[in-house]
Amino acid sequence: MNVQEKFRWLMGGIAALLVVASLIGWMLGRRAARRGGSATIDNLNARIRAWWVMVAVIAACFLLGRTATIVLFAVASVFALREFITLTPTRRGDHLPLVVCFYLLLPAQYWLIADDWYNLFAVFLPVYGFLLLPVLTALAGDTEQFLERVTKVQWGMMVTVYCISYAPALLLLRVPGFREQNLLLMIYLLLVVQLSDVLQYVFGKLFGRRRIAPNVSPSKTVAGFVGGGACATAIGAALWWITPFSPWQAGAMSAVIVLAGFLGGLALSAVKRGLGAKDWGSMIEGHGGMLDRLDSVSFAAPVFFHLTRYFFEP
Amino acid sequence: MWLSYPLALLVRVLVGAQPRWIGCRPAPTLRIYYANHTSHMDTLALWCALPAALRARTRPVAAKDYWGHGVRALLARRGFNALFIERDAGRRDGDPLAPLAAALARGESLILFPEGTRRAQALPGPFKSGLFHLAMRFPEAELIPVYLDNLHRSMPKGTFLPVPLTCSVRFGTPLARCADEAKDAFLERARQAVVALA
Repeated sequence: MNVQEKFRWLMGGIAALLVVASLIGWMLGRRAARRGGSATIDNLNARIRAWWVMVAVIAACFLLGRTATIVLFAVASVFALREFITLTPTRRGDHLPLVVCFYLLLPAQYWLIADDWYNLFAVFLPVYGFLLLPVLTALAGDTEQFLERVTKVQWGMMVTVYCISYAPALLLLRVPGFREQNLLLMIYLLLVVQLSDVLQYVFGKLFGRRRIAPNVSPSKTVAGFVGGGACATAIGAALWWITPFSPWQAGAMSAVIVLAGFLGGLALSAVKRGLGAKDWGSMIEGHGGMLDRLDSVSFAAPVFFHLTRYFFEP
Repeated sequence: MWLSYPLALLVRVLVGAQPRWIGCRPAPTLRIYYANHTSHMDTLALWCALPAALRARTRPVAAKDYWGHGVRALLARRGFNALFIERDAGRRDGDPLAPLAAALARGESLILFPEGTRRAQALPGPFKSGLFHLAMRFPEAELIPVYLDNLHRSMPKGTFLPVPLTCSVRFGTPLARCADEAKDAFLERARQAVVALA
């Protein structure tokens, strides 16, 4: 199969899955309506509708190519960083560093991907961004809670820009015989992460009892993690044919993606609750904000990128 | 007014300006929206938060010394249809509120920042008396307190680029009128209505 055929099969499969999900949601909605409605079912249907949109956006990117994909993730980063900073208390002295983050550092990070400049991409924010931000904050002259304020901006940049940019950075990989198919690898990552989120949610709602970290995230249960994670790993293994991996390798990669995504969701949930919020935002109906959807991607993408680069690049 | 749609879109993208109708609904009645003032984006944000139909008949009151020249004047005139007010007492002749009163008499609603200037803090300082005089002259106008959230973080006084934070615009309950209320008591009560939305 060539790339186009793989892509068509993959999208056909996802569309079929969503049709089934939409039908189930529609039937559950009708049943619930007769009993006076259910907030859970409404939320489920809102999520499914949002899924159609998200899949359509990903498909459009694939068809439009590399630049469109990079721009899409840059925009997603803007929204995620905006949600992060909106919830984080900042002071007047943080204005200049924030302007630099949004208008210079963020576009630069994505430009480095477009420019195929891996070496600088990997160190740009963790080294140069890290050093620049406290300097800019110091220039503003406000020392009140200085370290806390600088750290929060650095943290927001790392999670919402650096880590998320690893997803389109998969386009930089040079796996022999797979160079033209890197977009499939990116879709593979997103698919496994998001399926893992969905399946953990479904398994958790159906069978979940024991909560893993009740104070951090009430929706993460043992049954949800084990059942949903195992299912997502199995699907990831079964999708080996769109990756450069063998079925076993694909299964192992999926397991790592699932685990990293789960831990990312957990850690960012703790950050969110520490800031006193339930959702990062409200832009995706039923899902909360952009960062609620990308929290697991931000942890899974760098791990997946570096594992693939280490083991599969010559 | 060809600029108004792209301008509204830009403001939406940059700072969100999401309306929260807490104490009232959007309605085409005669209204004076008055809000805390922390940023140059305030006028635009409040104006963008209104539905397009109301925007067309609502005039933001803008300081002539800031919005009256160059590109800003283009935005103010062609974008959000501002009504200029002369802040400098030496330059004005006659009643500075006259253009505002004329607009209200024509049935146009107003957007007003009664502090008269931007503040570094989110919560409003003491109000100037313009709001009181207009409220006396137009008892039928609804006085809507508005709190602009996060704009002091997005583009504080002295800065020129907005940080694209999510900012919200909260509309409160119309301020009740009390008979024979003294000016200072009225202005303080009006200010508290904005503070209560914070």
